Amino acid sequence: MIEARGIHVTLGDKVVLDGVDLAVPPGELVALVGPNGAGKSTLLGVLAGDVRPAAGSVQLAGRPLSSYAARESAQHRAVQLQQQGLAFGFRVRDVVAMGRSPWHRTPRAAGDEEVVRAAMVRTDVDRLAERAFPTLSGGEQARTSFARALAQETPVLLLDEPTAALDIRHQEAVLGVARAVASEGAAVVVVLHDLSLAAAYADRICVIADGLVRAAGPPHEVLTEDLLGEVYRHPVRVLDHGGTPVVVPVRAAQEARC
Amino acid sequence: MKGSLLAVLTGLLVVALVVGAGQGQLHVPPLEVLGSVLHRIGIDLGPLPTHPRAEDTLWEVRFPRVVLAALVGAALATAGAVMQGIFGNPLAEPAVVGVSSGAAVAAGSVIVFDVAVLGSWTIAVAAFLGGLAATLVVYLLSRAGGRTEVVTLVLTGIALNAMTSAALAFLMFLGDQQAREEIVFWTLGSLNGTRWAAVAVVAPLAAIGIAVALVLARRLDLLALGDRAAFHVGVDVERLRLAAIVVVALLTAAAVCFCGIIAFVGLVVPHLVRMVAGPGHLLLVPASALGGAALLTFADLWARTAVDNADLPIGMLTSLVGGPFFLWLIRRSRRTAGGWS
Repeated sequence: MIEARGIHVTLGDKVVLDGVDLAVPPGELVALVGPNGAGKSTLLGVLAGDVRPAAGSVQLAGRPLSSYAARESAQHRAVQLQQQGLAFGFRVRDVVAMGRSPWHRTPRAAGDEEVVRAAMVRTDVDRLAERAFPTLSGGEQARTSFARALAQETPVLLLDEPTAALDIRHQEAVLGVARAVASEGAAVVVVLHDLSLAAAYADRICVIADGLVRAAGPPHEVLTEDLLGEVYRHPVRVLDHGGTPVVVPVRAAQEARC
Repeated sequence: MKGSLLAVLTGLLVVALVVGAGQGQLHVPPLEVLGSVLHRIGIDLGPLPTHPRAEDTLWEVRFPRVVLAALVGAALATAGAVMQGIFGNPLAEPAVVGVSSGAAVAAGSVIVFDVAVLGSWTIAVAAFLGGLAATLVVYLLSRAGGRTEVVTLVLTGIALNAMTSAALAFLMFLGDQQAREEIVFWTLGSLNGTRWAAVAVVAPLAAIGIAVALVLARRLDLLALGDRAAFHVGVDVERLRLAAIVVVALLTAAAVCFCGIIAFVGLVVPHLVRMVAGPGHLLLVPASALGGAALLTFADLWARTAVDNADLPIGMLTSLVGGPFFLWLIRRSRRTAGGWS
């Protein structure tokens, strides 16, 4: 369970988040969507403990996040950042195993090898296990980082655009795994740009714009043409595809043809 | 893999020490060197040196020198490995970025102003404080967002080295003839005239520094993920950084305080170890320490035997060999990083 209340964040003069509330109970996958610069990644940073809010607080497993030591918080939440980078040529297997470090010298370390292997299989990087991380493509790096976050085996999982560099197959696979992890009892927060993808996999969607939560709820309630058109400042159509909303932008050429 | 690499490097170090101790104006065969050591520690094995002055030469001149060479090499290579870890950059090295010369300036001031408040430890403590200040400056100026760009790091090093060489020049200007000679000899880096007293100061500094580096090794691996991701897997990044910076300053001070500036050992050794054994610090740190010790012991042997009756400055030799290596590394990292990033 992770819960943010009344989060205010300012960077310089700019108000990035202006009183945001978000609660994600175990078993739920929440997608954060919104235009560029809306504050999604900042909110994820606040939940992760990277960004200290000017006002408001985050509760992780019933305790203020600020009261956690680094290692303790790493036993409760795992994070996949948008930017993957690695200073040296560690192998994929080593990078995924880094996710086990919060459990070093605890009874749970006994399962390290098995957990690392399972995480690599789940993210389809097991055949890259011996490759050096810097030699991978962007998508392979993203999946390796996702495997690292999974290997951490935490009740809260925070993912910042995990599908940005992925092909369709791996987009679906990654969100499928995130969905499964949520169904196994984790609280999962995913920042996404693809609204249709969010609609297909999220229990709830939280639309953020200009540092505010503009709407939050089940996909079919939140994803309306009026709200999205206003928030993204571009007209969209919301279609129904077997009960799941699909969002497509309106393009000038198409409008003319209709 | 891990055990065999460390075993090979240990063997190399023993060979370096034994051969190094035997070579010089008075030649002592390796077996006699071993015999002398074994007899001294109470094992009556192997031949004793046959030459009447050999025993004294070994114990008063050669052994302190090869032991100090090994300690300084180990300290420099470990400092390089740790520094590259916290900078997230394989080009960071105490001498290249100006930490060694920062330590040298502080130590040089002690010589010129004739401060001796702490006895034989005075220079070492001054070198430590100077090195610490220099490391902090480089760190604060060249690191942004958990990474150090190659170009920023190298330029920061140029600026710091320019300032410190100016400070050393000023110290030479201030000092008397003797202090001047001492500083010159020292900016070139040399192990000439090493006594056991120097070993007694350097050994504990190097031992503590290497031990702490070993403790930090696992967390240095995680730091390769970048500051934020390292925090996400449980590293207290601020504390790790601070500890690592103190370790770098301590190890650099251990190397600089009696032997002056010996560049590039901390660059070459960890790089070679990474090529053989990968970037994991749990192996990189001890392997660099052993490899650095062996390398500098051999380098010192070369420095004092390459030219008859002359003791070449070892810092000059390491720069002569390490400089081209550094250029090659810059080119390579430029290619692999796709530009100056």
